[in-house]
Amino acid sequence: MKMQAMLKMVLLGGALVCTTQVLANHVQSLRGDSDLTEDTMAPEVKYYNKDGLPLDRDYVQQPPLIPHKIDGYRITKKHNKCLSCHSWKNYKRMNATKISQTHFESRDGLVLANVSARRYFCVQCHVPQTNAKPLVENEFQPVEILRH
Amino acid sequence: MSTSKIKKYGLACLSVGVVLGIILWGGFNWSMELTNNEQFCISCHEMKDNVYQEYKTTVHYSNRSGVRATCPDCHVPKEWIHKVIRKIRASNELYHKVMGTIDTREKFEKHRLELAKHVWKTMKETDSRECRNCHKYDYMDYPSQGRRAIKQHMKGFDEGKTCIDCHKGIAHELPDMSEIDPSATLLEHGAQ
Ligand code: HEC
Ligand code: HEC
Ligand code: HEC
Ligand code: HEC
Repeated sequence: MKMQAMLKMVLLGGALVCTTQVLANHVQSLRGDSDLTEDTMAPEVKYYNKDGLPLDRDYVQQPPLIPHKIDGYRITKKHNKCLSCHSWKNYKRMNATKISQTHFESRDGLVLANVSARRYFCVQCHVPQTNAKPLVENEFQPVEILRH
Repeated sequence: MSTSKIKKYGLACLSVGVVLGIILWGGFNWSMELTNNEQFCISCHEMKDNVYQEYKTTVHYSNRSGVRATCPDCHVPKEWIHKVIRKIRASNELYHKVMGTIDTREKFEKHRLELAKHVWKTMKETDSRECRNCHKYDYMDYPSQGRRAIKQHMKGFDEGKTCIDCHKGIAHELPDMSEIDPSATLLEHGAQ
């Protein structure tokens, strides 16, 4: 009886070691195949796109993508660098797109006199683009009205 | 006294004067140089704990070319006479150091708009002279700048604008701007 239990334990242990070994050798992710115990190459640096024209939208409610660099732009409670060009007061002078009217609505649907706190932190929805290739193929098609 | 003695005394006086002059002058300039570097600026925690920490995350501290702009590069004029004037005005900083005007983060933030306004005013008055010690628009290669920069620079310089009109907050966090441009802050004026 004792022998059997021991044998079982040894076998179980062995199996565990083997599977972790196998797993360790084959950690596979979309970002590449690398051994857990080995140092890996640092991934290639991605660069933000240069300033460009506004990018097309793929669906009607899509928050537009940011077509320029935003390095070093701060958004704090005290000041929002994005709004220094995109606010309704500044957009014309700065040749920028103005923020949407929806950005003045409070959570309860009240229309405020200035940008609403829930829309203040721009990069929650709007992002700049880099030269990164998509990890999986994307077959998304824009809706009919945006395709032409 | 014979004329030759007078001549001798005169010469001696003159040379002592010259030597003294050199020492004093040198000492003066030496002290100006000693107080004209970043290490000196951040020897006060008021400067080190606030503006310096913020500046360390910006392009003027670390960039692809490894050229750094230090505190005096932006805040102390290069030309001698302007530098002396700035240094004399800076004795005001010593007074406020002693008074503890900005010796906590809270106090610093409370005074920040006022301090920033002083700096903006100075830069406006000098047509951002310190920026232009390094950045000269005559040598700006517009085509290699970004789309927004080209447009704004050509238009802005034509309209007589200066760097600080558009590049506020380039090295530090900005103060609460609700007084300057409420449309770029969280201020809900008139809202319920
Ligand atoms: C003795 C400590 C001390 C040192 C050293 C010091 N500062 Fe300050 N600094 C202060 C204090 C205190 C104030 C706030 C003055 C006030 O309240 O008007 C100040 C204010 C300033 C301001 C705002 C000026 C204005 O017109 O309101 C600037 C810019 C500045 N310091 C830059 C520098 C630079 C650049 C250096 C190095 C050359 C430096 N400081 C070194 C203590 C110091
Ligand atoms: C000591 C020289 C020096 C001074 C003084 C200086 N700069 Fe710079 N500035 C630089 C360097 C170096 C860079 C980084 C260039 C690069 O990208 O490699 C830079 C970059 C910039 C950028 C580009 C920012 C970015 O994110 O790419 C702006 C805008 C700028 N400076 C504005 C100013 C303004 C405004 C002032 C005056 C308040 C000023 N500079 C003073 C040297 C200086
Ligand atoms: C009318 C507004 C305006 C004025 C005046 C102005 N700039 Fe700019 N500048 C911009 C804008 C907008 C950008 C692009 C957006 C950004 O970098 O934040 C820019 C970008 C820059 C850049 C980065 C260029 C690039 O594309 O890599 C530098 C450096 C710069 N400015 C320096 C200066 C200096 C120095 C002065 C004063 C001689 C000055 N600017 C005056 C609006 C202005
Ligand atoms: C690239 C130029 C540049 C450099 C480098 C720089 N500053 Fe400033 N500094 C400014 C400008 C411009 C302002 C005006 C406020 C603003 O626009 O952020 C300012 C404002 C200040 C103020 C007033 C308070 C405030 O935040 O507005 C202090 C104090 C100050 N700087 C100290 C320093 C010290 C200390 C250093 C070095 C660690 C330094 N600065 C480096 C450009 C610079």
